Amino acid sequence: MDKLNYIYPEIFISLSIMFLLILGVFKKNSSNLINSLSVLTLIGTLVLIFNYPIDINLEIFNGSYKIDFISSYMKILTILSGIFVLITSSKFLKIFKIFQIEYSILILSSILGMFVMISSNDLIVFYIGLELQSLALYVLASFNRDYVKSSEAGLKYFVLSALSSGLLLYGCSLIYGFSGSTNFQEISNTMNDVQYGLTFGIVFILVGLAFKISAVPFHMWAPDVYEGSPTSVTLFFAAAPKIAALTVFIRFLYVPFINVIEQWQLIIVFLSVASMLFGAVAAIGQKNLKRLIAYSSIGHMGYALAGLCTGTNEGVQSSVLYITIYLVMNIGFFSCLFMLKRNDKYHENIDDLSGLSKNHPLIALSLLVILFSLAGIPPLAGFFAKFYIFKAVLHQSMYYLAIIGLISTVIAAFYYLRIVKTMYFDLEKEKYDRDYTLGLKFTLSLSTILILFYFIYPSKLVEIVTKINII
Amino acid sequence: MDFPILSSLILLPSIGALFLLFANESSTKSRQTIKYVALFVTFVNFFISIYLWQLFDKSISEFQFVEEKKWLVGFINYKVGIDGISILFIVLTTFITLLCIISVINSIKSRLKDFLIAILILESLMIGVFCSLDLVIFYLFFEGGLIPMFLIIGIWGGDRRVYSAFKFFLYTLLGSVLMLIAIIVIYLTSKTTDIAKLYELGINPNFQNLLWLAFFSSFAVKTPMWPVHTWLPDAHVEAPTVGSVLLAAILLKMAGYGFLRFSIGLFPIASELFTPLIYSLSLIAIIYTSLVALMQEDMKKLIAYSSVAHMGFVTLGMFTFTQQGVEGSIIQMISHGLVSAALFLSVGVLYDRIHSRTINTYGGLVSVMPKYSILLMIFTLAAVGLPGTSGFIGEFLILMGAFQDSFLVATIASIGVILGAAYMLWLYRRVIFGKLTNNKLLNISDLNKSELFILTCLALPTLFFGFYPEPLLSTIEVSVSNLIEMYNYNLTILSNHNG
Repeated sequence: MDKLNYIYPEIFISLSIMFLLILGVFKKNSSNLINSLSVLTLIGTLVLIFNYPIDINLEIFNGSYKIDFISSYMKILTILSGIFVLITSSKFLKIFKIFQIEYSILILSSILGMFVMISSNDLIVFYIGLELQSLALYVLASFNRDYVKSSEAGLKYFVLSALSSGLLLYGCSLIYGFSGSTNFQEISNTMNDVQYGLTFGIVFILVGLAFKISAVPFHMWAPDVYEGSPTSVTLFFAAAPKIAALTVFIRFLYVPFINVIEQWQLIIVFLSVASMLFGAVAAIGQKNLKRLIAYSSIGHMGYALAGLCTGTNEGVQSSVLYITIYLVMNIGFFSCLFMLKRNDKYHENIDDLSGLSKNHPLIALSLLVILFSLAGIPPLAGFFAKFYIFKAVLHQSMYYLAIIGLISTVIAAFYYLRIVKTMYFDLEKEKYDRDYTLGLKFTLSLSTILILFYFIYPSKLVEIVTKINII
Repeated sequence: MDFPILSSLILLPSIGALFLLFANESSTKSRQTIKYVALFVTFVNFFISIYLWQLFDKSISEFQFVEEKKWLVGFINYKVGIDGISILFIVLTTFITLLCIISVINSIKSRLKDFLIAILILESLMIGVFCSLDLVIFYLFFEGGLIPMFLIIGIWGGDRRVYSAFKFFLYTLLGSVLMLIAIIVIYLTSKTTDIAKLYELGINPNFQNLLWLAFFSSFAVKTPMWPVHTWLPDAHVEAPTVGSVLLAAILLKMAGYGFLRFSIGLFPIASELFTPLIYSLSLIAIIYTSLVALMQEDMKKLIAYSSVAHMGFVTLGMFTFTQQGVEGSIIQMISHGLVSAALFLSVGVLYDRIHSRTINTYGGLVSVMPKYSILLMIFTLAAVGLPGTSGFIGEFLILMGAFQDSFLVATIASIGVILGAAYMLWLYRRVIFGKLTNNKLLNISDLNKSELFILTCLALPTLFFGFYPEPLLSTIEVSVSNLIEMYNYNLTILSNHNG
């Protein structure tokens, strides 16, 4: 029981969820209150993570739960994305009349599930976490239930996700059958020579995980779900589950199976190449910004996977750096989407950005910075993210991967430029409402400033990330 | 050197841009303030760069005013410094930017503030390119320049501006990504991206050819060399006058500078191996684009093609690896910076009045615009390379260097000089002389004060350096001879090592 203090964050979130549920049931019209309390809960959890030394390395509960630097770091990222989702989305939800207590609580539960995933060192614990976060996400996707596309998104996500969970479970059972354990560490100890059953298991689990981070060819759900879900949920989709799934990717590949890297490396390389190219090419034809960002996120996951397939600490670090910077850009991008509101109606097509730079020069400038950063143009933060990935990839002499990655950067630059073109070169339309909430303004300015001035002091983030030593 | 003079040169325009960003453009008074701020910042920057040239010690070949700060710890340091080659380009940058600002505040009406911000940020990046002493830092500045230029072409450009802006951006980006790979590979093999250290260490001869090609792909697009020059005419034609000026006068020089600093400095073996490639591409560029220029109907397009031809001379001169050839190509770049800027501004003068760039529209301007005709005459002759103008010094030295290396190459290049004279003088004749056929031209006004000022500012150095190139030559002499010595030294060492 003395190990319990290491999971205070998880305990705190669970208790808060229960408390908030009861509060919401008994107190009428408490959506606002619950929203604020959820933000507070997340901040409290953030504090609790610092309760123990951050670079501790510890296995608890019979080695099934792991607290180490990468788990703490990824949890902090998840919490931050949760906080920003909650503070930017309240206005949006009010306008759609879906500002209900369940929204914040579902986000909290899904974050709890992600926590469990991030820290899991055991197939079963990992699966429980995954299901907890997914179930919450299904409901969130269809949260705007009177809107056909939102229901469709939820249903689609549910069906396909269930399929991938099935594959994943099948993979787990194969691995258990061939290694005799569900614990990552013990699987790694029994891995002496390659058994085909194990390889099958790895493949099935990778398919399931690739589905969760929407890597090609398991990406089909992403555009529809991104488009149909309420925008605030899309923001959550685009950031938090990917952080958790990427952590599992890292832990799963690098703890039990690092010795059989030749068995899975090619799979990851394929996922990465296909995602980078497909994400770049398919986004070109999109008219809806949310669909576009879905394809763009597919591409970005391709880069993160490129770091992973190197099989080195440097590669893992570059992937983590990438996802961190990606998170900031994503939050910034969606804050801009929340600002495109005219007479209580949100606009989410590229055409709606037309001439934005004349009517709203500062929003346009922020979006410009974010887009060029997403495209990876120096000296913005997105460039450094890609730079580290390519450095790690080239260090392993995987030249073809770096070249494909860079070529897809150029292709992808085209559609980001197209948005810039619409904002800056086209004629202006009517103005948008200017009643932004403080949280929204804060989020957008913060992310823009971080992206724009990252190059002045890039050392700190790199220093933090290099503490991740998974192998 | 205690005071970080180079960093302040880089930072000052950006700080100015930041001020402008939060300025209000609505009232006339604040518009006036915006203009003064931009003018002040660029003027101060110009003044600092001149002062820097004064302080610069011409007799030593090492990098001077070096500043080094920890940036990405244990990996890349922020390092800037200058030698005799970079100081000239820095002065050119600050000078041309100052003139551009003067031109912009008198001609651009819409979104003046945004335009000034874009120019100021571009100035920061351009100065950064010329004084960075680290490959990654160089890449940051080199690529960062794409963003403001994309916006300048796209927002204030002509009818097909979107197409040109995209073509410009994607073309140059595609060229540069390979350079990024090469830079990372250099880091992984040599464990440093510091140029001074890399000069000492030398690059592994087995890698040199591929790395050289990767750098070449970036610089060739930017220079631009035949056959990847097709973005340039489009970009020039659609860009606003000032955009063309910056593009021709400075952005193209970044590639020439890159060839000198990196391709020749870092990869001597590969440079020697690929010299025939550079020679042939340069000669094709000189002859082919000159012929194309002869056939142009559009003045801006004609000057754009002449830029490609002139840059062909530049690359030709560099790869002769002789003192005269390299010095000539540097002088040619400086001279082309002044002259092409002036020519684009001159076309801009006509375009502002008549809104046409077609050569046929004009004719007989000498009787209505005498001042303009005189100044344009000076620049035309400078572009032709008449003795007494800076263009002559550059071309003469380049041809001298080329004759030492290969008679054939020099002869073909000399034909290019004749073709150059043909298209420029023909352009001048068609626009300035002949009969005034177009009635619109009767009421055209001669240069106003600011235009006269800008063009005179460009004409004076063109003539001055034409008669007395000593200040330029003495500045670059030691650095160039050091570069060539180092090149020959490395070549012998490495080829012995290899053989």
